[in-house]
Amino acid sequence: MIKLEVLGTGCKKCQQLEANAKEAVASLNLEAQVLHITDPMEIAQRGVMSTPALIINGKIVSKGQVITSEKIQALLQG
Amino acid sequence: MFDPFYPFDWLATQIVTNILGLSLKSHLGSSLHFFLYDVPKILTLVLVISFIVGTLQTFIQPEKVRYLLRGKRTIFGNILAAMLGIITPFCSCSAVPLFIGFLEAGIPLGVTFSYLISAPMVNEVAIILLLGLFGFKVMIMYISFGVILAIIAGYIIGLLKLEKWVEPFVWQLQKNHQKLSENNEFEEISLTWKDRFQQGWYQSSEIIKSVWLYVVIGIAIGAGIHGYVPTNLVVKWAGANNPFAVPIVVMIGVPLYANIAGVMPITEALVNKGMPIGTVLAFTMAVTALSLPEMVILKKVLSPKLLTVFITIVTLGIFGIGYLFNALII
Repeated sequence: MIKLEVLGTGCKKCQQLEANAKEAVASLNLEAQVLHITDPMEIAQRGVMSTPALIINGKIVSKGQVITSEKIQALLQG
Repeated sequence: MFDPFYPFDWLATQIVTNILGLSLKSHLGSSLHFFLYDVPKILTLVLVISFIVGTLQTFIQPEKVRYLLRGKRTIFGNILAAMLGIITPFCSCSAVPLFIGFLEAGIPLGVTFSYLISAPMVNEVAIILLLGLFGFKVMIMYISFGVILAIIAGYIIGLLKLEKWVEPFVWQLQKNHQKLSENNEFEEISLTWKDRFQQGWYQSSEIIKSVWLYVVIGIAIGAGIHGYVPTNLVVKWAGANNPFAVPIVVMIGVPLYANIAGVMPITEALVNKGMPIGTVLAFTMAVTALSLPEMVILKKVLSPKLLTVFITIVTLGIFGIGYLFNALII
């Protein structure tokens, strides 16, 4: 199963990214899990300094910005 | 001199004098002109500048800043960190990951603080408002003194050797980090221009959405002061002769974080009536550099003692800047 992790300390941008990720998963009809990690220690341990960030299956695909649902779909397919 | 805001001024004047038939010298006329001129001017500035800044900031990620700051020792590190703070994006919600990320990579505590002071202080909303309301010179003064404050405060924190007051788990992370391979240090995610513009647009529309109401309300209050409050009242309470004005505005500024956009237009009206510019600079710095939400977040990684030292040094620095300017300008 695909695992998407949204890293963010709960700010508005982070919530937007989570919503975009869920939308992307839904529109591709994928079996995927979308997690939102808000613990700053956890975020730092993953080597991310600018939130929100998106991790797909353990790989950091975006940092410090809100990417669109379309972009996430492309990343999931590619 | 060429004034890019002339069309806004012209339009506001036309509405007040020709359509409403009021004199610009009357209380109501001058209040309305202030409002009709400032609202479109400030909102246009916020939209345009935050789009440009948002787009450009996609080029500078904190990972790159960390990479540049590695191995830099004290004073040079402080200077570089404070300068980098001007150009990098900052959101109080990423203060902790950033703080840990810097220390983890071996950047000294004082240098990390220089960055943590300068990055939020020199933020686009504050800069845009200072430019739009008080002009280019005040904006440059704000940026330069903000950076100097960040350098000095960070340097002092470095000298005090307060590493013991950072929560121990941060140092634990640093040890783990050093075991990791070093070449994984700095990997840039490639972006197209379309991505960058999209990001800039997203940022600017988010900023507009979150500040427009404060701007309108703030300008409405400012307009009221502009038209109705007598000058000698402002000079008496907020003028340079009142030594308590600077500390008072700093205290007022700290909890106002999100509302800076609403408060600045009020200060504009007060400045027109005789409040000195140093007091405004001190106020703006207090709002941006000592924001309450950021302090709450930083408490997770700093002991209360270190947080107190940080707040005290920055506060004293802001007082100093306020007094210095008020003394210089008179």
